[in-house]
Amino acid sequence: MSALGSGLDAQEIDLAVTPLRELNAALHAVGEDGPRHWRVLNPRGAHALAAGIDAPIEVDVEGHAGYYCAGMNKLATVRVHGNVGVGLAENIMSGTVVVDGSASQSAGATGHGGLVSIRGDASARCGISMKGVDIVVRGSVGHMSAFMAQKGRLVVCGDAGEALGDSIYEARLYVRGAVAGLGADCIEKEMREEHLREVAELLARAQADGCDPAEFRRYGSARRLYNFHVDNAGSY
Amino acid sequence: MARPGLRESALFDRNAIHEIQRAAREGIYDIRGFGAKRPVPHFDDLLFLGASMSRYPLEGYRERCDTDVTVGARHAAKPLHLDIPITIAGMSFGALSAPAKEALGRGASEVGTSTTTGDGGMTPEEREHSRMLVYQLLPSRYGMNPDDLRKADAIEVVVGQGAKPGGGGMLLGQKISDRVAEMRDLPKGIDQRSACRHPDWTGPDDLEIKIHELREITDWVKPIFIKVGATRPYFDVALAVKAGADAVVLDGMQGGTAATQEVFIEHVGIPTLAAIRPAVDALQDLDVHRQVQLIVSGGIRSGADVAKALALGADAVSIGVAALIALGDNAPELDADYAEIGSAAGFYDDWHEGRDPSGISTQDDELAARFDPELGGRRLANYLRTMVLEAQTLARACGKSHLHNLEPEDLVALTLEASAMARVPLAGTSWVPGA
Repeated sequence: MSALGSGLDAQEIDLAVTPLRELNAALHAVGEDGPRHWRVLNPRGAHALAAGIDAPIEVDVEGHAGYYCAGMNKLATVRVHGNVGVGLAENIMSGTVVVDGSASQSAGATGHGGLVSIRGDASARCGISMKGVDIVVRGSVGHMSAFMAQKGRLVVCGDAGEALGDSIYEARLYVRGAVAGLGADCIEKEMREEHLREVAELLARAQADGCDPAEFRRYGSARRLYNFHVDNAGSY
Repeated sequence: MARPGLRESALFDRNAIHEIQRAAREGIYDIRGFGAKRPVPHFDDLLFLGASMSRYPLEGYRERCDTDVTVGARHAAKPLHLDIPITIAGMSFGALSAPAKEALGRGASEVGTSTTTGDGGMTPEEREHSRMLVYQLLPSRYGMNPDDLRKADAIEVVVGQGAKPGGGGMLLGQKISDRVAEMRDLPKGIDQRSACRHPDWTGPDDLEIKIHELREITDWVKPIFIKVGATRPYFDVALAVKAGADAVVLDGMQGGTAATQEVFIEHVGIPTLAAIRPAVDALQDLDVHRQVQLIVSGGIRSGADVAKALALGADAVSIGVAALIALGDNAPELDADYAEIGSAAGFYDDWHEGRDPSGISTQDDELAARFDPELGGRRLANYLRTMVLEAQTLARACGKSHLHNLEPEDLVALTLEASAMARVPLAGTSWVPGA
């Protein structure tokens, strides 16, 4: 792999000269003896960057990434020093994905575990169908975020767009700023002591300083639509 | 019962009256399993011409008529090599019991073909007993994980389903057992209505990027199918090819479902017969016919249906309802059990209720224990072999040494509708309406 080079601390791959396929294949084959730290140079918005990793390695992406960055991640820590496109860390199972900039639609979609930390804003459908992942957004999230969210926690330090938590199941949503509107069956819930602790813990994991957990409000499922009843038909 | 002098309305027949009364009583649409029950133009409306003076047949038991098909060689390093052109359609654990899923794998593997997961993930039982297993990527992503993705032999991105194009999955609370709830990350006992749109892509341009991601995650080894319900087959198939599909699964309106609104099953989508030729047109226009395989489903019951679908240009077919019947669903020996739940053998379609006395469409442990997966698997293998023998019989009669050599010129139609849809002449004429 001629374009592979070793920095002082990290294995470097320059996508200006190395095909994405070669990068992902190397990340998939890293095994127990391969490099623990990787740097990806010149990502130039490439799609599926660092997708499908299944190893406790660290990957620094030095620039912007396209769709599905760190998709289906397991164990790895992926840091993107830029913005990302649609479907950041979709279906993430474990590990941590950090974005210094903002994320497009469907960040953390269907994620089962791990942490997704977005230091900028996230667009529409952040946390859609989340199944256990934790997502912390320093900025705001767009409309339909946490749509059909099943499990996990979404923490939004800014505002949330229309229809937050539409058709939500058991995920817990925390928003510090304004919520433009709640979706079907999503209601505001009491912020108890354990929820303050939960927000504090998530903010700490995401290294999101400067937010007081007491400023957040909690949202979740009213559970009125769990089993169909004709009297609730208007809520669908 | 009706007798002379009591004239039943053709418009308000007993079923229509029953449905009005039921809706007035319950205040909700009817939900059921199975596929469309209304009559629509189908393969029964086509006939093979067979050999005659102008062409000669192959000997029935002596001359070869091959049946194999390779699916997914367009981009995948490891395409599927099927011994027969009949696969088992996606059906979920949740909709079906674990032993039923195991039986589908056993039967399919015995005759060298593939089976498919469903909306709920992959169970160890079906993986263990399926030599070739296709893993569905559905809007809900229930049970989706990269480990199972890598264990799969192929991946099927489900855009739609013939029973409900534009609709999402449905699994009612009775069937959300502890195990199903755990696999789907849902509370036990809730009515699960899964999404109709994928959560992380919208439209064919996004889908192309999504498929690229799936290929990257699985290192370009697995074939990737796109499944669509039959609505606008020319455009859907063309867009699936553009999105990078290795194969397209085209499910006609007769395609089965575990649970869908009756109004959806009977009133959305087009018949399988009407969908095949436009789909083949799209593949031919893009010069990828036989490179991107077309797998047709929706109402396949016999070797005749298989042969006719292939003659119209399909590379393979897929069966769901027929496979369940072969396993033992709706079996006449269970008639008394079906009567106890208000149905009858041959009519039972309340698969969503989880009370299936055959132990197939249930999550009730006692009912599921009635079903013997080894026996079910043998029955399915027998049925698949029978269909293949039937299809070979018809193909040899048309002089074909491979099922794929069947062609539209081997067929005629019995009705104007079938003639127009299949674009083969009305029997005894050279006339194709609209040609």
